[in-house]
Amino acid sequence: MKKFLVTILIISSVIMGFSILKVGFLYIGPVGDFGWTYAHDLGRKYLEDHVPGVITTYIENVPESIESYRYIEDLVKKDYKIIFATSFGFMDATEQAAKKYPDVYFFHCSGYKYNNTNFTAYFGRIYQPSFLAGIIAGMMTKSNIIGYVAPVPIPEVIRITNAFALGVKLVNPEAKVHVVWTHSWFDPAQEKEAAKSLMDVGADVIAQQTDSAAPVQTAEENGVYSIGYNSDMAVFGPSYYLGAPIWNWGAYYVKVVKEIMAGTYKAGFYWGGMDEDIVKISMTNNVPDKVKAVVGAFEKLIKEGKFDPFTGPIYNQKGELMVKEGERMSDEELLSMDWFVDNIVGSIPKASH
Amino acid sequence: MNIEGLITASVRLGTPLLFATLGEIITERAGVLNLGLEGLMLVGALSGFATSYMTGNVWLAFIVALIAGGLFALIHAFMSITLRVNQVVSGLALTMLGSGISGVLGKAFVGKPAAKFNDIYIPGLSNIPVLGAFFKMDAIVYLGYILVPVLYIIIFKTKLGLTLRAVGEEPSAADSRGINVFLVRYIAKGCGGALTAAGGAYLSLAATSMWIENMSAGRGWIAVALVIFSAWEPFKALVGSYLFGFVMSLQLRLQAMGVAHVSANILLMLPYLITVLTMILFSFNKNFRNRVGAPSALSVPYSREEKM
Repeated sequence: MKKFLVTILIISSVIMGFSILKVGFLYIGPVGDFGWTYAHDLGRKYLEDHVPGVITTYIENVPESIESYRYIEDLVKKDYKIIFATSFGFMDATEQAAKKYPDVYFFHCSGYKYNNTNFTAYFGRIYQPSFLAGIIAGMMTKSNIIGYVAPVPIPEVIRITNAFALGVKLVNPEAKVHVVWTHSWFDPAQEKEAAKSLMDVGADVIAQQTDSAAPVQTAEENGVYSIGYNSDMAVFGPSYYLGAPIWNWGAYYVKVVKEIMAGTYKAGFYWGGMDEDIVKISMTNNVPDKVKAVVGAFEKLIKEGKFDPFTGPIYNQKGELMVKEGERMSDEELLSMDWFVDNIVGSIPKASH
Repeated sequence: MNIEGLITASVRLGTPLLFATLGEIITERAGVLNLGLEGLMLVGALSGFATSYMTGNVWLAFIVALIAGGLFALIHAFMSITLRVNQVVSGLALTMLGSGISGVLGKAFVGKPAAKFNDIYIPGLSNIPVLGAFFKMDAIVYLGYILVPVLYIIIFKTKLGLTLRAVGEEPSAADSRGINVFLVRYIAKGCGGALTAAGGAYLSLAATSMWIENMSAGRGWIAVALVIFSAWEPFKALVGSYLFGFVMSLQLRLQAMGVAHVSANILLMLPYLITVLTMILFSFNKNFRNRVGAPSALSVPYSREEKM
């Protein structure tokens, strides 16, 4: 029956004048994590809805090892011509597959390996909207204590947390960002208690980088403002949720698939920012217009390339000057960041990965 | 530090562990080892949340979770008691099955809030300074307080408990006394599974009100360790569960205050460490095993033909 339907679909599409393009996605987590994988899957659905002739599929819970190669090869053998591998640990397997199958386009998210024919490394500069989220938090706090629920201590998480703290500092040099690590990407019950522990030390805005909406929900119950992450969490905090830095992978997926169809695509390294719409800041009506205006102004400057959150002077927690006045951190420095900026209270656990 | 906040956080983080541990104590007292707690908790979390989402009735949701957990545990009962397959392997299968089923069926509920159990302040008791925090919790926490002594009395002071323990210690002797070993084990599995699922339901109905895949986040495995830590005894299960909740919430609070948290990570290892040590002692020393109270027939499928 399924085969029959597919045949009908192919015949009708040939008659209608376009060909079927099969696009496959590899996910590290379940699409129901409401976080990283969920955001990629929204992108996949967006792609399917916005580019006619594209059929997509996904494989979830793929192990982050060379074993992922089997899954990639399986997709290739089923005639998938574009494959998005959406976790760091799939990098080597994707590279290997790109060498073996030169006529298939491979995209690997959050890594650093690529070639200039059929293998692209892609990622989004979500630290930009995180900086804007920091501006919101810095302007909304009255206690000058902002809570931040962080997942696992890797450079990506540290960079985004720092960007948030720099946004806070820009508008409110007095405020401190207290960081609590949960050592897990999603564990709602623990994220709730992390948020609670931050409220107990006086935090009146709770931000997060973990996947679940538990911090947003807990903040709502306690009448404390919240800032989410990954995707829109507004339903969990009707009165106190302010917004979130969110992924918008769909914009990128549509762009590259259309380019491949048109024959104009060039593989390489891609780290897109707010100007490319791959990352965004979402704001609810709980944010006052005055705050929205400041955020909007900086959003414009970032999009035009006139401002970068990681512009000096930036100090570390010991008060040492890490980035000189007027200098911008390079991508390499950003990708390997392992220190906190000076208005963060909390430490980076060592020897964990 | 806000001591009341620390107490309520410890109890909230301890309660799902307490229910899962109590459930497994009943199961293991009957001589069946179930490593499928993680799967059972996920089934409880999803079935409870789905009911709450669709009906808005949290008590109905909690009861549905109990029933779903009981029925789901019977799959393991059938495999381990009737078919007599390896209990470790079938338990792992139950975990995978529970995680998979809840993941697939739960997709429709991701990113949606629902009704939850609210805190009830017990008049009088909640006014006690500091310790009153224990009585500013939700109904499921209070249910846990009551369940611990009730289970203790049932297991150690009643004929029913004697029957349960006899089946776990000497099934052939129990059989010769006319006890239906298979029936007792099935009932114990069903009740144990229901309680374990209640631990999962606590996560999606009381601690938070949301569903995300694998939201039990390894608590089923901690409960397996806590059963040994507690020496198959409900009061020690309460101490172990709350202690674990205490360590978890203390380290979060130390972090929030800006105190380094390396030592807390070592504290978090303790239950596992104690479990590993206990298990090592188990395998070397049969006397030790009997002294801490491990059911003698634990993980041994019973068969009338293979009487010792």
